[in-house]
Amino acid sequence: MTTDVVRVSVPRASGSHNLRAVKVVLHRELLRFVNDRTRMVSSLIQPVLWLFVMGTGLGSLVRASIPGIDFRTFMYPGMISMTVITTAMFSAGSIVWDREFGFLREMLVAPVSRSAIVVGKCLGGAVVASAQGVIILALAGLVGVPYSPALLLTLLAEMFLAAFTITAFGVMLSARMRNMQSFFGVMQMAIMPMIFLSGAMFPLANLPSWLHVLTTVNPLTYAVDPMRQAVFGHIAVPPQVDAMLNPGVTWFGHKLPIIAELGLVAAIGAVLLGVAIAQFRRSE
Amino acid sequence: MNAAVAVHGLRKTYGDVEAVKGVDFEVAPGEVFGFLGPNGAGKTTTISMLCTLINPTGGTAEVGGHDVVKERDEVRRNIGLVFQDPTLDGYLTAEQNLRFHAELYGVPKEAVPDRLRQVLEMVALWDRKDSKVMTFSGGMKRRLEIARGLLHSPRVLFLDEPTVGLDPQTRSAIWGYINRLRHTEDITIFMTTHYMDEAEYCDRIAIIDHGEIVVIDSPEALKASVGEDRVQIQTGDDETTIKLLKERFDIDAAVREGQVTFAVASGEQFVPRLFADLGMPIRSVSVSRPSLDDVFMSYTGSTIRDAESGPGNQWMRAMARGR
Repeated sequence: MTTDVVRVSVPRASGSHNLRAVKVVLHRELLRFVNDRTRMVSSLIQPVLWLFVMGTGLGSLVRASIPGIDFRTFMYPGMISMTVITTAMFSAGSIVWDREFGFLREMLVAPVSRSAIVVGKCLGGAVVASAQGVIILALAGLVGVPYSPALLLTLLAEMFLAAFTITAFGVMLSARMRNMQSFFGVMQMAIMPMIFLSGAMFPLANLPSWLHVLTTVNPLTYAVDPMRQAVFGHIAVPPQVDAMLNPGVTWFGHKLPIIAELGLVAAIGAVLLGVAIAQFRRSE
Repeated sequence: MNAAVAVHGLRKTYGDVEAVKGVDFEVAPGEVFGFLGPNGAGKTTTISMLCTLINPTGGTAEVGGHDVVKERDEVRRNIGLVFQDPTLDGYLTAEQNLRFHAELYGVPKEAVPDRLRQVLEMVALWDRKDSKVMTFSGGMKRRLEIARGLLHSPRVLFLDEPTVGLDPQTRSAIWGYINRLRHTEDITIFMTTHYMDEAEYCDRIAIIDHGEIVVIDSPEALKASVGEDRVQIQTGDDETTIKLLKERFDIDAAVREGQVTFAVASGEQFVPRLFADLGMPIRSVSVSRPSLDDVFMSYTGSTIRDAESGPGNQWMRAMARGR
């Protein structure tokens, strides 16, 4: 070996260095996603089953009470959320995987701020989950949702926001988890009730009060509702059906505006991100 | 030039257990320095403190002139790490793993392609750069980790048991790369091992046991201090051989295990003289060095294997890994 050695000198920590770290953690997330076709397909199965099997079956049952609309159209935004949430949680869970297989160490010993790594991970999870959501978006026509660019862009932005918050939630959970089984256990425990109570599967109008309270405190409700409102804003629905299927979320008798709902999701996301960063700062 | 690593009174306790009980040593720039000891002796705890992975309970440590507690990021920028357990992403290719590292360490973009090629060629993995790491053998993974640890031109490379779990052929190949490194890179190497034969490659060794450094010296000096090499020869005429050895070399030999056996300070250098000057044909020669157990035992009073199977060791080991 007589070749000249290429010496590189590593610069001091700076904003741009941390930005590179964010980007590369995100980039890795994308590489992993693109390489893992099985995961891509498997996280589609559940929402597709719900949408086309459950949706069709239930739809024939409730057709009489919701004239002028396909029940699957109602379920569609719910299923987008479901896809995005599952994918985002999987992405976050890969931190536990990385810990088990040692790669997390490579990230944690680097001369970059822990927040750069956590932010990169959350953005990565959000991008990957949105990409998965795009596949569901492509199915819009099959359930009577128009391919309007404005609608698709709105849904895309809303699912990105939801995905970011959910990834932050998952990353926060995974900060202390040592193995994949316990992560999946906790994930099931947290995610299933949240999806059930979010209005993804049934409308939130005319619920018994205990159920109404639960759906109102469920953060996911505020991620699903804006998507449903966006979809219902782009299709013709008789007013009484709209009131039944798309009631919005009311706080103390006032209907919450979409922007407030989105703001709430973003705020929760920011808090979870902060907690996740703090946890990773403390560990190891 | 200042020491590459300077450690003063470094301590680490976990509850009532003192994993490292106040160690002092310095490593000169360009040196290959080895920490030798059984599992649970405090090797990994010490290396973890030097790498800023865990905070010391007491004492100070400087790496590349930077304090490991106060200037953590500066230290991290200047060190390369190869852990006992692999820290690669098996789903990415070798090159993707290295690029990830380059970004994380902020290696200047224009320098990345050349440097990447150089470190991969150094460990003979350039032609495999596009393969996923999960298809690599244990030895290839370790080589890739060494390449990655060097990517950002660290001043000190830390190797924690770099050859543990590898077959002998791969082990010697890894050592080949490490030795070559010393000539191509301006680097200090700090490693831990519990293989005596590997400690041979170090300029100096610190023997550590129960969290304390027992002795620091060069491998030759350590072995010389323990005892002499044992030489066994076969000639066909044992009595004459013993007589000639006494006459020509002033060596007292005896028949052991069916062979003429004697002790000399450095057996390998003695063998050529033996052939030249003994004055009778020799059928076979074997030279054996003091073993790890010999060296270790003379300094610590127990064999390394006994030390590793001692009570409470599993727990100490878990602690020492800092988990």
